[in-house]
Amino acid sequence: MPQERIPNFARMVEPDRVRKEVYTDAQIFEREMERIHETVWIYCGHESQVPRAGDYCTVQIGRQPMILVRGKNGKVNVLYNRCPHRGNMICGDREGNTGEQFRCSYHAWTFQLDGRLKNIPMKSAYEGTRYQAKGGKDNPDCSIKKAARVENYRGFVFASLASDGPSLKEFLGKSIVAFDDMCDRAPAGEVEVVPNCFRVIQHSNWKLFLENQLDALHPSVVHQSTGRAAHEVEKILAKKARGGAAPLSYHMLSAFATVTIDKWDDFQTLNYPYGHCILTGYMGLRPQDPDTLAYDKVMIKAYGKKRFEQIVGVNIHHVLVYPGLSVQSPLQQLRAVRPLGVDRTLTEIWHFRLKGAPEAIYRRSLAYYNLVNSPATLINADDLENFWKCHQGLSSDGGDWVSLARHHGRDIEKNGVVSSGPKMGTSEAPMRNQMKAWAKFMQV
Amino acid sequence: MKAQHDVEQFLYKQSELLDTKQWQKWIDLFTPDGVYWMPPDASYKTWDGQPAIFAEDKNLMTVRMLRVLHPDAWSQRPLWETNHVVSNVSIRKENKNGDVEVTSRFHMMELRRDDVRHFAGSYMHRLKKTKKGYAIQLQRVDMTNAQAAYDYVLQVWV
Repeated sequence: MPQERIPNFARMVEPDRVRKEVYTDAQIFEREMERIHETVWIYCGHESQVPRAGDYCTVQIGRQPMILVRGKNGKVNVLYNRCPHRGNMICGDREGNTGEQFRCSYHAWTFQLDGRLKNIPMKSAYEGTRYQAKGGKDNPDCSIKKAARVENYRGFVFASLASDGPSLKEFLGKSIVAFDDMCDRAPAGEVEVVPNCFRVIQHSNWKLFLENQLDALHPSVVHQSTGRAAHEVEKILAKKARGGAAPLSYHMLSAFATVTIDKWDDFQTLNYPYGHCILTGYMGLRPQDPDTLAYDKVMIKAYGKKRFEQIVGVNIHHVLVYPGLSVQSPLQQLRAVRPLGVDRTLTEIWHFRLKGAPEAIYRRSLAYYNLVNSPATLINADDLENFWKCHQGLSSDGGDWVSLARHHGRDIEKNGVVSSGPKMGTSEAPMRNQMKAWAKFMQV
Repeated sequence: MKAQHDVEQFLYKQSELLDTKQWQKWIDLFTPDGVYWMPPDASYKTWDGQPAIFAEDKNLMTVRMLRVLHPDAWSQRPLWETNHVVSNVSIRKENKNGDVEVTSRFHMMELRRDDVRHFAGSYMHRLKKTKKGYAIQLQRVDMTNAQAAYDYVLQVWV
């Protein structure tokens, strides 16, 4: 983007509103990819997706196609999916095992699993050229480029395409609780991926998805139809169970209608530097049913009573790790947001298994994964409809601003953390926090 | 020959009920313990305890029906229609009691607002012979493009 055409990003974001172009302008999107997604730490995948050496999967960081691959030494590498010769993509599949090496499908250059050159066919033809491997196998001209930085936190692999910047832990700050909460709930202290990814495309800007995740007002409006429908069937099943309860999955759905707006207001939003946010609230996941009690027993054995109470007492509904991850740690669900264009966004949705937990606990969160997060979702469909409508409206000349004013002026700032005021869980503080971080990233 | 004809007629009726949005009648085609299942890919052997695009018993089918009928099912407010074609019907197993296992191929065209989408794949029906005709114990739906990214989502059964 030429210098003179760079808009003043700080002026596009006001404390309680944002210019509509932030969601619709293709040039702004390009700069977002450069300054945000291709700079900060982006979630690439979980190490259990690539258990054996040579296992790989492909992933998009901003506009860059990348490969996540398990090396021979057990280390997980993140490489650009590009051959240094003619620029051909190295891996055309979404996932697989490449054996001991990568082999380009165009001219058969081969590479080690960490990207270093292994062999060029017809080596003599390159004598005296820059591609001659005079720097040995480490010659960067002949190697697959690596992500500038890769870090792994409790199995969750992140990469940054910028060599400078905060460490992963510094960047995540308090939002690191997303991964701690998920792993700690496992008696073995770690999770493994359930090997299936649901992928859904929305026709709108990526930021709409992130903002919607912590918008505690929208469920009562948007998901009323499913909440009511599930509540109807839940009542019938409870009656049939003669004093017993319907399966918990019905409650997870009916809560969208039965949790009223004032109850959502009881929750709190916590907003951190770099745009990360947390919505507290626990979705009633500590019932006294036999499954939960059996799980509690295993957990107490693993951690002791005191630590167990701390772990299951963590009060989180949702963690948003800016700019591309939405984690529901109590249900072990993770949604990675991959922007495809200013008006097209892919979400990749994963479910994790708590290692060492009883099967029933896995099945409980699996039900949520299937009902809420599958491509036949009973919930997200209506969000996707709204996202599309938002994009249509924002692309019009019917107005210049997007309002973020709900409970504006009542946020409480303490030690760098902004929380919504008491009884203001439906506050738009998370959106204000995300846009504040956005303006800072974009202005640099 | 009689079974082949009856099974074909049953499958045609089922897709007709979907295309004419007669949800309750469609649900009634299932046995009390019947399951509608769409696995994430062809390698899955069971719906039980697995990720699934659909894995619904009659209770969950009822939730889906009531939701679609609710006036605030926002995603279903705009015009949407489907058109199923079922073919290649082949009886794979036939028990003495008349129960059958049938495979077939389908193609569904969906209109949503101004956009058309296509879904295709195969059905596997496990049908129970009852006094009133066949009832579905298990319907497995393997969609050819099940693993592709979903441009928007599915809201009713395919």
